[in-house]
Amino acid sequence: MDELLKILHSLHPEVDFTAREALVDDRVLKSFDIVSIVSEIYEVFGVAVPAEEIVPENFNSAKALYALIQRLEDE
Amino acid sequence: MLFTSYAFVGFLALTLTAYYLVPGRWQWPLLLAASYGFYWAASPWYLLFILVTTASAYGVSLKLADLSGEQRAYLAAHKDLTREEKRAYRAGIKKRKWAWLLACLFLNIGILSVSKYTNFVIRSFNALTGRGLGPVDMIVPMGISFYTFQTVGYVIDVYRDRQPVQRDFFKLALFVSFFPQLVQGPISRYGQLSQTLFTPHKFAEKAFSFGLMRILWGYFKKVVLADRLLPAVTALTGDGTYAGAYVLAAMLLYAFELYCDFTGGIDIAIGVGEAMGIRMPENFDLPYFSKNITEYWKRWHITMGTWFTDYIFYPVSVCRPMLRLSKWSREHLGQAVGKRVTVYLASFIVWLTTGIWHGAAWNFVVWGLANWAVIMVSQELAPLYERFHRRFALRGKAPYEAFQVVRTVLLVSAIRMFDCYRDVPLTFAMLKSLFTRFDPRVFTDGSLLGLGLDGADWLVLTLGLAVVLAVSLYKLKRGGIREALYEKPPAVFYGAMGALLVCTVVFGAYGAGYDVTRFIYDRF
Repeated sequence: MDELLKILHSLHPEVDFTAREALVDDRVLKSFDIVSIVSEIYEVFGVAVPAEEIVPENFNSAKALYALIQRLEDE
Repeated sequence: MLFTSYAFVGFLALTLTAYYLVPGRWQWPLLLAASYGFYWAASPWYLLFILVTTASAYGVSLKLADLSGEQRAYLAAHKDLTREEKRAYRAGIKKRKWAWLLACLFLNIGILSVSKYTNFVIRSFNALTGRGLGPVDMIVPMGISFYTFQTVGYVIDVYRDRQPVQRDFFKLALFVSFFPQLVQGPISRYGQLSQTLFTPHKFAEKAFSFGLMRILWGYFKKVVLADRLLPAVTALTGDGTYAGAYVLAAMLLYAFELYCDFTGGIDIAIGVGEAMGIRMPENFDLPYFSKNITEYWKRWHITMGTWFTDYIFYPVSVCRPMLRLSKWSREHLGQAVGKRVTVYLASFIVWLTTGIWHGAAWNFVVWGLANWAVIMVSQELAPLYERFHRRFALRGKAPYEAFQVVRTVLLVSAIRMFDCYRDVPLTFAMLKSLFTRFDPRVFTDGSLLGLGLDGADWLVLTLGLAVVLAVSLYKLKRGGIREALYEKPPAVFYGAMGALLVCTVVFGAYGAGYDVTRFIYDRF
């Protein structure tokens, strides 16, 4: 989780990613950010997030995103 | 059958009457018959194209759903499999699903490409090689881009297991061919439109009158304003005669013409849906109040933008070759460059596709890439803007926001000139003349009166655009004007509707010297 928070923090240092629950709905994360996050997740975790998983519910919070990474690692 | 033809008005009146006379369960079949009738009236040949698209989407989506079901059943029955065995099984199913999806995409995007772009390829080939191949007489079915994108989006959603499959062929046929959105959108998603498209609707006075009001508002913008502006825009952009300050006039007049034309057509489409209790997605959110070009593209032609983001930008950005490229770039070119590579490349592909989608001509390719370049430059300058805003604390101040809005309108209007002039070199020459031959006297010495519009036309345009601006500002500050009018005594709401009807009939740009024209977005 710390590594993921580091990735998110590097994009938006001003945002408290442990507290936010609607990162996409509130437009904190935009499409360019999402692509950067997916690229860094691939680099750090070795997990490729497919396009069908890019939906608000997977990117609205750091917790949801971490759960997605774990699920993709398991599959 | 144009939305602006008397035939369409008659067709719509008959369809709406029949819609509320038949039992609820027959409403959607009636809409299917009406939609096919609407399309048949344009050309019986078009029906063949839309049937091929519908049948292929139906067959492939069923196959995709069956394969997903097969996977779920197999994994549920084989819980003892190792993770590697499950992974291998899923990969096998995914491969089969991908093959079906690819076949469907090839067929439908292939039909779209061949019908729309064959002559563009021939022209470009001739220009490059000096050969003289003649054009091919192609059938380009009305609205083919819109219904193809909408249908392909549905099949991809089924492939992604994001959308339950529709097993009723006729319901899918209605989703593909629903007549209000067939010609110029909005591009609906199945999950959203199907919620109200197939359900029975009882007549509701409020929804019906709101729908009619929106239809009238659409006609007002189209026939009173957009069609009145057309002769002036045509005259200004016909050749290189009108340079300098005239180019600025052309930019602004075309900005208003396109806005009134496209939003007018969408208002008619959404209004027809509303009158029948069917909800379609909004396509505009006051785009000319945007403070930068990125925001503008979030608020203009919204359904196209989200379609390109979901079905092209993300799949291209996060496919494995792109992820590997990103990793390689970070390792070899540094973090700063590496993190930009995928975003820049994927955006480039999206804007190139957007340009080509808008028209089979180099003008549109350059238009798309110009948008891409400006967005990327804005993205790069974002930290600089941030520092500027922190230093001068201008954010939120009305005059500065007005400056940002005007700057954005001028920028998108300048880029849009590629849409107007006959070729790319002429567009560049005319834009250059803005800086080299600008003579502001053309706005005051009566020169604009010689563009096919007389003083009365300019008066109607000024008043009409003031009304559009007032309604937009009301929406921006307080919300929908229809709701506000409806809360007043009925005479106010219906009086406003009557006034709109009278203004449209009296001041509509038809009769001597005018033809009610096609919508600009029909050609896409």
